[in-house]
Amino acid sequence: MEEVLAVTDKIVDVHHADQEALVEILREVNDKSGHLTRAQLERIAERVALPLSKVYSVASFYSLISLQPLGAHVVRFCEDAPCHVVGGQAVWEALEHELGIPFGETTLDGQWSLLATSCIGACAVGPVMTIDGDIYGNLTPEKVREIIARYRDLDAQTVAAQGGQA
Amino acid sequence: MIRSSVLISGDPLSLSRGAEETKLAIEAELSFYGLEDEVQVGYTGKVSRTDMLPLVVVYPEGTVYGPVSAEDGAEIVQEHLYKGRIVQHLEAPVEVATAGFEAMGPEGGALTGQKRVVLRRAGSIDPYSIEDYIAEDGYFALGQALSELSPAGVLDTIKDSGLQGRGGAGFPTGLKWSFVAQQPEQTRYIVCNADESEPGTFKDRLIVEGDPHAVLEGMALAGYAVGAQEGWIYIRGEYAMASDILKHAIEQAEEMDLLGDNILGSDFSFHIHVHAGAGAYVCGEETALLESLEGKRGMPRIRPPYPTVQGFRDMPTVVNNVETLANVPPIILNGADWYRGIGTDRSPGTKVYTMLGDVNVTGLVETPMGTTLREIIEIYGGGMKDGKAFKAAQTGGSSGTIIPAEFLDVPMDFASMREKGAGLGSGALLVCDEETDIIDLAYVLVRFFKNESCGKCTPCRVGNAQMLEALERLRQGSAKRADLERLEEIANYVQASSFCGLGQAAPVPILTGLRYFRDEFESRLRD
Repeated sequence: MEEVLAVTDKIVDVHHADQEALVEILREVNDKSGHLTRAQLERIAERVALPLSKVYSVASFYSLISLQPLGAHVVRFCEDAPCHVVGGQAVWEALEHELGIPFGETTLDGQWSLLATSCIGACAVGPVMTIDGDIYGNLTPEKVREIIARYRDLDAQTVAAQGGQA
Repeated sequence: MIRSSVLISGDPLSLSRGAEETKLAIEAELSFYGLEDEVQVGYTGKVSRTDMLPLVVVYPEGTVYGPVSAEDGAEIVQEHLYKGRIVQHLEAPVEVATAGFEAMGPEGGALTGQKRVVLRRAGSIDPYSIEDYIAEDGYFALGQALSELSPAGVLDTIKDSGLQGRGGAGFPTGLKWSFVAQQPEQTRYIVCNADESEPGTFKDRLIVEGDPHAVLEGMALAGYAVGAQEGWIYIRGEYAMASDILKHAIEQAEEMDLLGDNILGSDFSFHIHVHAGAGAYVCGEETALLESLEGKRGMPRIRPPYPTVQGFRDMPTVVNNVETLANVPPIILNGADWYRGIGTDRSPGTKVYTMLGDVNVTGLVETPMGTTLREIIEIYGGGMKDGKAFKAAQTGGSSGTIIPAEFLDVPMDFASMREKGAGLGSGALLVCDEETDIIDLAYVLVRFFKNESCGKCTPCRVGNAQMLEALERLRQGSAKRADLERLEEIANYVQASSFCGLGQAAPVPILTGLRYFRDEFESRLRD
């Protein structure tokens, strides 16, 4: 706990505990720890001298800030009009099928979160998704399966390597 | 249709160092990603420095990599050609990149015949190098303004040029600046709106990533003209690379006295800061953007007072789009008459479009104002995909107008489009062929607004949800005539009574869709 709050403090310090930098502080703490906990929100509120309710209200407004824990891998898929007209619907369904969860949810093993996002500005290579921030374009259902399989293989190798060391 | 070209140095020395293996690896990786039909691969001669061989050049960006092994080649395909990110650690030094190649130039790729003002450097210079920018007349306009022109002189030139805001509304830029210059308060701000989040629009990202100093120089000129001391760039949270490039560019410009205190030894000081958003469409609305910039929920403010009177920190503020600001340095450098010589009488200059959907070539196009949609599709887009017929286009992003084939020959500038009841908006051109289901498209568009409505006002928050329900019924074939009437009624309410410009624009695709494709809506009714 203290370790997590130390990271929070450090980010608040970089922004000189400036109330105007609240959105950036929340975003940076979120990116460091995956999501924001109540303890982190309380610490930020105290440091920038705002009520917790106000900090919570700002945090809950922005889509890149999460108040829920997310999976080890976060898939964000855009199904806005430009990606929709080039086959986005089929990719959307393939993602749900491949990961076994509907949009907005996280797998029970905590490995994957599947989120819808608004346009990420890569429409020339649509349909587009990001996995942990990396962009994948020109998607088809088949390509989705290949890409997810790559991540699963890599994860399995990492687990095997760690098992070998232990 | 070819989207990119990859050239590998094929001289004997390169071949002896494995150029052929590099080429094979690139081709293999391209076919893994299914890009073999979009990327053309070939050898080129004529290279300068031999210690960087084999070289690989990727067009249309003109990125030069070297030396490139077979493994590096695969990485370039994966990162640059598939994901669209330049592989910085493989890039050749600038002197290699700019010497010796029979340059195809940034215009030599698939999209030929463009008129480039805003994008003239993008792709041909290194965005991380201020020297590259300066070598191409960069910061000359600022230097000229500070030494030869008064602030009023800069303002008058922009007024005379007829430059209009490129964020969507087309408001005269010079007029906006003059409002701020007239205010009694001496603390004034320039805010660059780089919160490009209109679906289908990514021109501002590519302007910033390709030519960041043009935006900074435009801001400094705006600051000089209106008497502002500070500039803020509000960039959307998803644009991490563009944000890095800007921060780096600001540091470089400050080191060279082109930004900061006493610019080029003059009395004029101007500091620029970058502020990243955190994901909210509504922050593209200028007053919501200012709220977010002050660290609050990005909800729009009531207007008036307009930002030109009470903007950032309640002080007079110019809020300009990225593309608008990038037009400023060339206008100051070449004069208002030069600018008026491009485009149409009522809308001078060029427009940067993002072309998407069912055309052969998608991507960024810059053409003079007044170019027709038919020309853009045929000349720059390489025609309709698979030879299918044009059905509709949505101009200006998700809040843009859905227009039928009869608009193909309307000269596209702000005034001509407005007269026909359409808009240029953000510059997104989503082209749809005969197979596109308009109801399905409308559903996806309204779903976007339902998700992105900030919730401040009832018409937008509830109206979009109710429109989505009606469209869902239409989509499933269970809608009655009353549902369709209700959809139109709500769309009119939302347009008339939403609090901010974004809410007012949300029903535009529904209303224009109904105007031009009513038969299609009616054919889905159950009664």
